[in-house]
Amino acid sequence: MLSRVAENLYWMARYIERAEDTARLLSVNSHLMLDLPGRLPLGWAPLIEMTGSLEAFTARHTDFDERNVVHFLCADTDNDISIISALASARENLRTTRDVVPREIWEEVNQLYLSVADHAENGVSPRRRDSFLKSVIRGCQTLTGLIEGTLSHGPARTFIELGRQLERADMTTRIVDVRSASLLPQNPEELLPFENLQWMSVLKSLTAYQMYRQQVRLRVRGPDVLRFLLQDPNLPRSIACSLETLGHELSLLPRQDRPAATVSLVRADVVDADIQALAHSPSKLHLFIDELQIGFAAIHDTLSATYFVNDDSVPRVTQTQTQSQSQSQSHAGDNDND
Amino acid sequence: MSQVNWNNYACRDYYDELMAAPGQPRESAGELCNMLARFSADELAERKTAAEIAIRTMGITFTVYSEGAMIDRAWPFDIVPRIIPASEWRKTEAGLKQRVQALNLFIDDLYHDQKVIKDKVLPAEVLAQSVNFRPQCVGINPPHGVWAHVCGSDLVRDGDGTLYVLEDNLRIPSGVSYMLENRNVTKRVLPELFASGKILPVDDYVAQLYDMLAAMSPRPGDDPQVVVLTPGIYNSAYFEHAYLAQQMGVELVQGSDLLVDDDDVVYMRTVEGLRRVDVIYRRVDDEFLDPEAFNPESMLGVAGLMRAWRAGKVALANAPGAGVADDKVVYAFVPALIRYYLDQEPLIPNVPSYLCMFEDDRRYVLDHLDELVVKPANESGGYGMLIGPRSTKETREEFARLITANPRNYMAQPTLALSTTPTLANGLAQPRHVDLRPFILSGPEIHVTTGGLTRVALIEGSLVVNSSQGGGSKDTWIVETDDKAAAAAVKGA
Repeated sequence: MLSRVAENLYWMARYIERAEDTARLLSVNSHLMLDLPGRLPLGWAPLIEMTGSLEAFTARHTDFDERNVVHFLCADTDNDISIISALASARENLRTTRDVVPREIWEEVNQLYLSVADHAENGVSPRRRDSFLKSVIRGCQTLTGLIEGTLSHGPARTFIELGRQLERADMTTRIVDVRSASLLPQNPEELLPFENLQWMSVLKSLTAYQMYRQQVRLRVRGPDVLRFLLQDPNLPRSIACSLETLGHELSLLPRQDRPAATVSLVRADVVDADIQALAHSPSKLHLFIDELQIGFAAIHDTLSATYFVNDDSVPRVTQTQTQSQSQSQSHAGDNDND
Repeated sequence: MSQVNWNNYACRDYYDELMAAPGQPRESAGELCNMLARFSADELAERKTAAEIAIRTMGITFTVYSEGAMIDRAWPFDIVPRIIPASEWRKTEAGLKQRVQALNLFIDDLYHDQKVIKDKVLPAEVLAQSVNFRPQCVGINPPHGVWAHVCGSDLVRDGDGTLYVLEDNLRIPSGVSYMLENRNVTKRVLPELFASGKILPVDDYVAQLYDMLAAMSPRPGDDPQVVVLTPGIYNSAYFEHAYLAQQMGVELVQGSDLLVDDDDVVYMRTVEGLRRVDVIYRRVDDEFLDPEAFNPESMLGVAGLMRAWRAGKVALANAPGAGVADDKVVYAFVPALIRYYLDQEPLIPNVPSYLCMFEDDRRYVLDHLDELVVKPANESGGYGMLIGPRSTKETREEFARLITANPRNYMAQPTLALSTTPTLANGLAQPRHVDLRPFILSGPEIHVTTGGLTRVALIEGSLVVNSSQGGGSKDTWIVETDDKAAAAAVKGA
């Protein structure tokens, strides 16, 4: 399989997962805000930090108010990480590689993008937000189901799965991070009465509440939830489960030694984590999540070096540059004797 | 109640491909015309809708690029096929082979001894001012001496029924995927008529294309690695590039997927690592092919590709530089080239042409701009033309200035009474002008498509058939009128 095609599929899957998980992230925060009494100094600014887009945000807005943040993360086409941009990128990535996946998958990506483009602006309002975010999540899940149910078990599917699992692990850590230092008051006295409520909303945003009840059979408690989301081997959105799947998919590819070793290292960090300590210290948890994300970046780098770029002497330009330049050139070069 | 009434079909003004006279179908078209006349209005509409649905579900699109926007449009298609009798086609086929053979000898000569100039068959100034002559190609010997591996020659029929070659497209001619898809759609819409076996099949083209490409491999014996090189999704023919790659089962690559190493070998970047490429069916223009040799700004091409080609480590189709013969001034000399290289009389005539570089011709052209079609030597897609009888005084004055400033770049032809063929418009069969683009493959052997892509001007009276200019297309049937030959064909298949 061509490296470019593999890379496009990998990124398509990452973008789809990112759109879904950004919707989940906004959803968990919206519910927290509704559930918690106004005197708690929670806000929307941490979401911007968590998604790593502080600079892009402050370039456009001065107020970290609800409307600005939600609009920025849902509907801002100039923001690369917004839901609308992620879906647009997914679509562009698939467009050049349409011939390697069943047509229905292309049509679904296309349709999802178009429908979100139609509704994103309205979806920002508090009244419509919940149903908008749900529709994004459902659309992404439909696509995942379609891939699962129709795409042959070959390299195309492997690279899609690599992208999805890595992005999912990354985004699950960000959602867990909502519950960490940056969002919560440092004074445990103030926090206590609402703690369970908040963990419950994190579980719900990952569609993991019922699974948690079945698995743990206890009332919702911080350390148990954290262990469940980080280490449970069976929950599809737990970090351990994503890394496990990632490792398995890698074993299907040639030349997988370096990326596989990197995955193993990060997985060991997750499995060996001291959950009790993390659960009781928001700052420790935040630090731990930072480390995990550095690990995810390392996994991406080795994947990229192994499969996507196989000649270091040839400089590569970023995707957006290539696209805009080749747009003008391929028209100029279009002497197709039509 | 039936909808198509051939007695009312107004075909008197032009040669019609299907009807000899109102109410009188040509022999090859009898069955089709009778069937269409039996259809009720509903049935006709139903078949038309079936075609539209097939085109949508099969995803047959073409890309229109205008004013910064890119739009994928459904392929405009008319369900009434255009028919050519097999007996006539066999002669046309022979004429096309003869033409391409001469053109390939001509291109090879231009990049070697240039005997054709020394012998004064082609004026030196035509070559001197050729924009598509590539000095980078001088002295190169492509496999089998073939430069134009895929040629799309446009044929038109004039009022007296004679087929003429209107132009030869030797750079990167497009449209063959639509020829193949038109047949697929028509088979779904009018299946009844295919049962008799009189309609000759077209679908061996892709296999022939692959065989031709594979035969060019510099590593004979091995299973050659063939790829299709596309400029990418923004190109108007991207559908075709993807289609051909998919049908041949080869990779569709972009410039950034390939690299040329110090060993002059072309590699493609795959997840397994670098893999050698033997043959490139390139659908990127010469100037964008290799930033080392041509346009240094190009990001569509592959640095070092010409180096690899010159070293014989990779085969390119069409060969760079083949476009030198895709020049409307060179076109006028093709009959002379056939006599010169093959010592034969041309089997298909050229449309009479006036070359503005010659003083007498130029004076005639400038005096008759309102009657002639004026074409720049190296445009494609119907751009930059003057259609005299439809032009305004201002555009004629503009063209007079252009011609005087650069006479070598312009040629002119009489406005042809292009033939018509029945086409559905508002539920009725009405005459619309058509041309035909057969595709000729040149490798160890020469193959001509059975028929070709018929393009039709969908607007009443219009002569412009280019899809980029709002034209449509229809299936082209080469029909065996001799029952014995048809029976033999069915048995053979």
